[in-house]
Amino acid sequence: MRWPLLLLALLVLGILPLFLPWLGFVFTLALAKGLAALGIALLLRAGLVSFGHGLFFGAGAYAVAFALREPGRGSQEATLLLLLALVVGLVLGFLVGLFVSRYRGIFFAMLNLAFSMVFFALLAKFYHWTGGTDGLRVPTPTVMGLVLERNVFGEVLFYASLALVIGLSLLLHTFLETPVGKALGAIQTNEVRLEYLGIPVQRVILLTYLLSAGLAGLGGGLTALAVGHVVPELAYWVASGEFVYIAILGGIGAVPGPLLGALVYELIRTFAFKYLAYSWQLLLGTTMLLVIFFAPGGIWMLLGERRQRVASK
Amino acid sequence: MPQNRSDKPLLEARDLHLRFGGVIAAAGINLKVYPGEFLAIIGPNGAGKSTFLNICTGYLRPERGQVFLEGREITGLPPRTIANMGVARAFQIPQLFTDKTVEENLLLALAAREGFWRWLPLRAKDRVEEGQRLLRALGLEPFASFAVAETPEGVRKLLDVGMALALRPKLLLLDEPTSGVSSEEKLHVMDTLVQALRAQGVTAVFVEHDMDVVRRYADRVAVWAEGKIMVEGEPGEVLKDPQVLATVVGVEE
Repeated sequence: MRWPLLLLALLVLGILPLFLPWLGFVFTLALAKGLAALGIALLLRAGLVSFGHGLFFGAGAYAVAFALREPGRGSQEATLLLLLALVVGLVLGFLVGLFVSRYRGIFFAMLNLAFSMVFFALLAKFYHWTGGTDGLRVPTPTVMGLVLERNVFGEVLFYASLALVIGLSLLLHTFLETPVGKALGAIQTNEVRLEYLGIPVQRVILLTYLLSAGLAGLGGGLTALAVGHVVPELAYWVASGEFVYIAILGGIGAVPGPLLGALVYELIRTFAFKYLAYSWQLLLGTTMLLVIFFAPGGIWMLLGERRQRVASK
Repeated sequence: MPQNRSDKPLLEARDLHLRFGGVIAAAGINLKVYPGEFLAIIGPNGAGKSTFLNICTGYLRPERGQVFLEGREITGLPPRTIANMGVARAFQIPQLFTDKTVEENLLLALAAREGFWRWLPLRAKDRVEEGQRLLRALGLEPFASFAVAETPEGVRKLLDVGMALALRPKLLLLDEPTSGVSSEEKLHVMDTLVQALRAQGVTAVFVEHDMDVVRRYADRVAVWAEGKIMVEGEPGEVLKDPQVLATVVGVEE
């Protein structure tokens, strides 16, 4: 079973930052991207690839920044800000989803890309509202009414993210067991049959899209709070591509896959950037090649297979 | 279960016309299907038999003419809506979810009928029990946990029909239920199928090429030729008609 291993990973994840505080920051960013990658993985189950979830990630992040910019009007409370990021993701996801849920394959992928690039351009061009390419500062908000120092806030944010991600993972895990969750795989294998069973496929896709956008929005909100700064790059296509990369790296077969992928990705990125400043993409590319050739189900499947092999001996 | 002609028809097609480019697929189809009957559609390839099923299930829209279900017009409604009104369809080439097991395919069909949007697992207790009853009725129990890709064609055919039956339809349209099934398996497949249909009291229309199957299982038969119905009647009489034999069975003799 992979689950004891997962529990161990969670323990390490929870304890390490106590001794190495900078890791807490890396892990928070990983969890935030992991949430977006989870959303991508949901869509991938239905055979839909989105190269545009940076839109929701960026929107979640900017929503937090906008709310904090005006102390008088916006909220200062971190929990409410994260809720805002989630809601912004869901609402935008619904609106964009109404449109893209009619498309499949390459059209779906490209339409998502198009929407996100429009959003990116708006963030970069409307300097007076968005700070243009310089972005916006995100001051430290209060947590349950408490004013915290920056480094304490960072630690609290990490543990809150961890709890949030665990909770959402359990929720998503049960979602994938419901008929709607099971129908996702069926959309990829035989959409026509689903229609003949009387299932409204487009509505299933819309719901899934909305969920995936909510997850990405929340991830963006977390990123904004963790970094303390938002830039248009959060909505850039490279960010969208990262989510797809992470989802495939970790594996879309089960909920922990993309999260695991995100942790591995952030760690590779952090260390590779340190030691291979100008060629760290080489490492990412090689890793992806290895995954595609030797573990098409991602890291999650790899873990399972190894355990099974040991068990069968 | 001989039909009662005083009943109102369950399905009625009026003057259906459809062409694909120069090919005439329907040139004035008029047909009534009565509750409880098994109607066989026979005819040479390209006579428009599958087209008729595709029009009735909303997959194709006729250029002219109408389709009624229990007196309500359903012409041109999407397949999903027609399915929800009680018309299910099984396919010549089984249309299954190849990422799932035999049981899961059936459970998803059961969920489509009831509780699809509810936040309960697909494998909810009641649904699994109903699924097992259906698997037993179709003789598919030994294959329940098989991936559909690993099952023989006969199993896939039955599962395909089973998924349609899971919807508890009023009317089931079957496109060549025995094609691709070996001749030894054929009667077994049909026996199982007809038993399950009778048990649910489902009216069925099936396209069929095997005249033995038609003689054995159909209450009535309609002969298709060039987008029209040539003859319609009881199998015993229709299949004696020399003209029918020439168009439909001629190739075999």
